[in-house]
Amino acid sequence: MAKIMRHDADRAPYLKTMQALDSDLLDDVLDAVEGFDPARYGAAEVEAALARPRLGTADFAALLSPAAIPHLEAMAVRAKAETQKHFGNAVSLFTPLYIANYCVNQCVYCGFNCTNDIHRAKLDQAEIARELDTIAATGLEDVLLLTGETRKESDVDYIAAAVKLAAERFRLVGIEVYPLNVDEYARLHEAGADYVCVFQETYDPVRYGEVHPKGPKRVFSYRFDAQERAILGGMRSVSFAALLGLSNFRKDAFATGLHACLLQRKYPQAEVSFSLPRLRPHIKNIHENPHDVHERELLQVMLAYRLFLPFAGMTISTRERPGFRDHVVGLCATKISAGVSVGVGGHDKAEKGDGQFIISDSRSVEAVHRAIAARGLQPVYNDYVRV
Amino acid sequence: MNSTDDFRLGGKVFRSRFILGSGKFSHAMMRTVIENAGVELATVAVRRANAGGRENILEQVPENVALLPNTSGARTADEAVRIARLARELGCGDFVKVEVIADSRYLLPDNGETVKACEALVEEGFVVLPYMYPDLYAARALKAAGAAAIMPLGAPIGSNRGLLTRDFIRILIDEVDLPVIVDAGIGCPSQACEAMEMGCAAVMANTAIATAGDVALMARAFRAAIEAGRLAYRAGLGRTLAAGGEASSPLTGFLE
Amino acid sequence: MRVNGEETVLRNSATLLRFLQTQGFDPKAVAVERNGAIVARADFGTTELAADDVLEILRFVGGG
Repeated sequence: MAKIMRHDADRAPYLKTMQALDSDLLDDVLDAVEGFDPARYGAAEVEAALARPRLGTADFAALLSPAAIPHLEAMAVRAKAETQKHFGNAVSLFTPLYIANYCVNQCVYCGFNCTNDIHRAKLDQAEIARELDTIAATGLEDVLLLTGETRKESDVDYIAAAVKLAAERFRLVGIEVYPLNVDEYARLHEAGADYVCVFQETYDPVRYGEVHPKGPKRVFSYRFDAQERAILGGMRSVSFAALLGLSNFRKDAFATGLHACLLQRKYPQAEVSFSLPRLRPHIKNIHENPHDVHERELLQVMLAYRLFLPFAGMTISTRERPGFRDHVVGLCATKISAGVSVGVGGHDKAEKGDGQFIISDSRSVEAVHRAIAARGLQPVYNDYVRV
Repeated sequence: MNSTDDFRLGGKVFRSRFILGSGKFSHAMMRTVIENAGVELATVAVRRANAGGRENILEQVPENVALLPNTSGARTADEAVRIARLARELGCGDFVKVEVIADSRYLLPDNGETVKACEALVEEGFVVLPYMYPDLYAARALKAAGAAAIMPLGAPIGSNRGLLTRDFIRILIDEVDLPVIVDAGIGCPSQACEAMEMGCAAVMANTAIATAGDVALMARAFRAAIEAGRLAYRAGLGRTLAAGGEASSPLTGFLE
Repeated sequence: MRVNGEETVLRNSATLLRFLQTQGFDPKAVAVERNGAIVARADFGTTELAADDVLEILRFVGGG
């Protein structure tokens, strides 16, 4: 059954497998984004935002506008203080494990696009176990399991079995898979998963429709509601992100921040965090234009997120170079991946399937650990006990 | 008073954001204080009547002032409900200030019982204003229960120690979508002003006025302070430059 | 009868309204609980008191 919304966001009807949520979040976020004009802010608004003890939505908007670029250093000073206030000097480490890359979507920006002629693979349970063992041997205690979108190849049973294996070896297990229903999240939570990542890619429904020409992912609102369904299914923590550069990155970042903010207000017990994937070259489309999201703009978004939601986590991706990553941890980022492979498997044996994107930081866990410590920060492997 | 800044509570509109606690005054002083304070809402308590007693406090309260009966004396939710019903019977409308205090040393309110009382009384059609200890969870529970506002204490009743709980009141203002009315502990007009500057919807005071040298004059002072604080809040406080060191080398110098 | 915590004897049968008036209470300024239940003001004149009734008679005072 379809979801009732004020905004006409969906480009395809709900599939029978998709649960519609009766929630105002989507309309509230899209309403706010409609009213956001980045050109409208000047130095005065940016300075006022930086002086205010607690940032409102308008302040967040000002910090995302072009007018904030000359104030990046001031934003950084305050962001560092906020990060230290909420996270001390701790930086969490984790790694992703792609267990399958079969996918039925045709996202134009993604290496797993079903029309891309790449090597498809899916690990069986024994292979998953070996991969997990290899990762665990590096000392990591937090693993993120990923699949492409296909209820045939990577059904919930398959994912649940993998989560169980991971939970036997890791203190913290996250999933970054296609959006699921409340009962499915509940099932995966029961199996041992505690956090869920679902990236909206872009919050502009028109652009969203352009970059997702085919597949279940076309249902914008079903994807948007994923974090809320995850919380309702008992997940402790949810992650938000727009793929910066896909559309107007300032508006997308604004929407992302609001999405997280409003969800946390509705479910005060939920932990929220941000990821900041920036369009990077991938196998079939190395000429993709990042729409003016250079490192400077990426940092601006990160700092704005930190100042708007000082208590939210922030993960820095391996899409970025080591020098960038090393400088943003402790400044605003609180979580960093290490020992990464973005192909299927790739930890125990060489990658079985082709990767989702090209990584820029392939340092081992030990190397990242040393880099963090060298900056006077504390690498943390786990700060959570699941009861 | 600018009519676009009306204070709305329980379907009524008040032009004053000063609520008077009527305790500790003689009935004779009552009318004078109310007039000088310019309040439109004053609390009263419910007590046993004396046979032959002639004093009726209602005669001291001008027409335009609404009564806010409190449930003082209640130590449990059930007792608060009972007193509220009696108060309504005495004919003062549906407003009730829920006070559930089972601590005679400090007179601190019991948040748990207060939430229960609020639930029951909202169900019976009361407009409930709960006096509470500034706890975010309790405030959320009160909002969920249908309270019309929350009344966190600034400091223990009668202590005149001001906004000891200011940081926590600020959290309530930021996080709970209900009017926040500071009650208890306000000792002088500047504290009332501070509460309003922070974003409180209204301030209640009693002891500070009742124990002043010139009671009527102090009532006027409070009135002015509360109006000033509200104007300052609406005007938007200016920037305060943060003290603190500067990074020795730029934090953003690494960008490529 | 017990009225506001004190024992008293109900001499003649009386309505609550009569009782309040003879005792010097202003019926319009009090609320009454009889045996734990509130008696509506409209019913003062028709409520017959019994010898073992427990009454609480309350009014507003300054407070808070």
